[in-house]
Amino acid sequence: MSEATNKQLDNSSNVTDIYSEHIEWATNLGEKTIHAKRAPGRFRTLKYFTESLWLIFFFGAYLRWNGKQAVLLDVNNRQFHIFNITILPQDIWMVSLLLLLMAMTLFAVTSVASRVFCGYFCFQTAWVDLFTWIEEKIEGNPNKRHKLDAAPLSLHKIRVKATKHLIWFAIAIFTGISFTVWFVDAHSYWDDLLHFHLSAIEKATLFAFTMGTYVLAGFLREQTCLWLCPYARIQAVMADSQTILPAYDLQRGEPRGKLQKGKVIEKQGDCIDCFQCVQVCPTGVDIRDGQQLGCITCGLCLDACDSVMDKIGRPRGLIRYASLDELEGRSVKKIYQHPRTFIYVGILLLALSGIIYGLTHLGNLTLRVAPERQPLYVTMSDGSIQNKYTFKVLNKTDKDVEVKVSAEGGIPGQILVDADKPQLIHHGKAAGFTVFVKAPGANVHEEVTKIEFRVVNILNPAMSAEYDTVFNGPEDEHGHEHK
Amino acid sequence: MSDNHDSASGVPTSGHVWDDDLADFVNQPPKWWMLGLTASAIWVVVYLLIYPAIPLPSAGTFFKGIGLPGLNVPQPGVDAKDNNKWTAIKELSQDQAELDAVRKPFEDKIKVMTPAAILADDKLTEYVTRSGKVLFSDNCAACHGQNGKGTFQSGKFAMREQGYMAPILLDDDWLYGGKIDDIYTSISGGRQGMMVAHKDSLSAQQIDDVAKYVKAMSEEGGKDKADADSAVAAGKKVFAESDCTACHGADAKGMAAMGSANLTDKIWRFDGSIAGITQTITYGVNSGDPQARVAIMPVWLKKDEQGHVVSKLDETAIKKLAVYVYKFGGGQKDEVAAAPAVEAVPAAK
Repeated sequence: MSEATNKQLDNSSNVTDIYSEHIEWATNLGEKTIHAKRAPGRFRTLKYFTESLWLIFFFGAYLRWNGKQAVLLDVNNRQFHIFNITILPQDIWMVSLLLLLMAMTLFAVTSVASRVFCGYFCFQTAWVDLFTWIEEKIEGNPNKRHKLDAAPLSLHKIRVKATKHLIWFAIAIFTGISFTVWFVDAHSYWDDLLHFHLSAIEKATLFAFTMGTYVLAGFLREQTCLWLCPYARIQAVMADSQTILPAYDLQRGEPRGKLQKGKVIEKQGDCIDCFQCVQVCPTGVDIRDGQQLGCITCGLCLDACDSVMDKIGRPRGLIRYASLDELEGRSVKKIYQHPRTFIYVGILLLALSGIIYGLTHLGNLTLRVAPERQPLYVTMSDGSIQNKYTFKVLNKTDKDVEVKVSAEGGIPGQILVDADKPQLIHHGKAAGFTVFVKAPGANVHEEVTKIEFRVVNILNPAMSAEYDTVFNGPEDEHGHEHK
Repeated sequence: MSDNHDSASGVPTSGHVWDDDLADFVNQPPKWWMLGLTASAIWVVVYLLIYPAIPLPSAGTFFKGIGLPGLNVPQPGVDAKDNNKWTAIKELSQDQAELDAVRKPFEDKIKVMTPAAILADDKLTEYVTRSGKVLFSDNCAACHGQNGKGTFQSGKFAMREQGYMAPILLDDDWLYGGKIDDIYTSISGGRQGMMVAHKDSLSAQQIDDVAKYVKAMSEEGGKDKADADSAVAAGKKVFAESDCTACHGADAKGMAAMGSANLTDKIWRFDGSIAGITQTITYGVNSGDPQARVAIMPVWLKKDEQGHVVSKLDETAIKKLAVYVYKFGGGQKDEVAAAPAVEAVPAAK
């Protein structure tokens, strides 16, 4: 046999080895319910704190401000109220910047510290955590739950299961209500709800969010993260070998082996194969297989492993937040040494400054003036030239205002016909009206003359808006004579 | 099939092996996914039966579907047994009814109000100018132009009309008066311009002289200026001595009662050049002469003997049009409407 044939044989056996690996890739399709163990620890405590931010979602809408709901996303009337600020559709571009800001924050955090959002802040994680906490209180620890699931139907089982589902459903309904009250006045919503007066869209929202919560947090659980969530799928392109994430220290842990009393086994690693890290995982992954789709980087396996290491007298951190570079002994760069950090921070600052600019330049009156185009001008019986303008004034304040129209520039001797009449603009609404400008024909020398219109609040002259447009006239045959 | 299994994992394969050991796994999709697929397929059948998608002879016609029990969409003129069936026509008529309900309070008011009263109400004026725009485009714009900007006559009648086919409605010059009631009368009753042909009563020289005089009145800024201009003295004499003043008035400012034009302003109903004016004087307006200018506004409100409206437009539509045209910018204030405000002053004392 030649050396080449030998090599070929070696290669082919390597290829076949790959296939045996697929056992490790066993896909979780939700056939087996995961009953994760709840173990105390640093990350468990942190998770309770971050998840309790969702209390704002439940109770924030009831906050009042100057007699009105502090945060009201009034989609029906096309205006967002956030404390003193009212955002009308004209300013909605800020929402796109807000989305950009949030997306970029998500990307930046993911590239630095992996799926922090998934593990600590995501509503799916938070609600599943709440649901399983209730499950544990009612059905007992994971062992008992597995037994109860396998047990034949009995009165006891029905009672326990029904209690659990009732509480789950109550939470789901309250979630649906809590979502809806951000979009309608919370107080009148409860009134309507208790009198069964909800509008069709309110009913649909309540139903969708109740059922969504009940099904997603109660039944689909980690399946949502595995098969429904797009973010879980795209995170792989944002994380790299410099990203820190919960990782198993292969060098220290392997070869793993069971701990045997009174014996020290040579060459055995620190991992005692106790499966505590798998038992506590809410998505049921084995972190020792490396970073994977199911890992929401919640750090619960770190807590479990640390407590075991404490018991067997080994240093903590067999599973720890570490980058691939660190684990494989390569040099670890600081955050500020990554160019991507600066790119992300740059985009974040851009979006943020855009939002701040928008919020500080909301203004209170907006004026748009459209000159009539068909015809551009009209010759009146005394030879004067008349232009017609359609005014659109938007009142962004929460009070009705009366405005007066004036003009600067234009033609000498021009008159604003009927412009002395105050125009009422209701709060949060746009009003349209027509203004005629009549100028002596002898003074109109140009086809197009610049004119600036101004609307001023009669009661508060500091509140005004301007708009630049043009006064149209006939082509002046004797233009040169006038000069 | 079932005896084909991957040796390493025990997962069933499709049985097709290539490159020695490469095989196709036959993993089932998740159960919930399969349930969703089945439910969608069943829903398609249900949907097709309920809605008018499959021609069903049992439904009476072929395009009604079997309907949805509990759905109640009555429509006038449709058999009550079809109330549970959805059709696009029904949806349309429901939408129209919805729209009519919004319009009704406005329409009811307009029906009993005078055009002047509508004009005094800002909200109604706003409503009326919006529906007036549609009416104007449908009925008036053919002659008066889109937005009332006038339409130049072209083609067969171009020579005869020489100028606007119908007056521009945007300016403040009105042959028959620019008050709101005058406009209403002009639309409902129509108008016919009339000016006799002067080709027999005046000589060509006289017509030429008076045309220049009339042109001077417009260009120089009034009759006084033209009278002082010795260049057009011959025309002044013709104007004063022939029948011109009978219709256009001694001050040449026209009479709204008969629709004679104001000759001293800058607006020309027909061609304002000397040649154009000469033609108007020579052949007249609606005079019967084949060369005469044509100026006819049709009658828009016609009633039969019982008083029923038989024309395309009814009083409400014409009221809307009158207000719409008034708001073009040339409407003249109504002294009568303003009068009560004056009377209110002593009452306040």
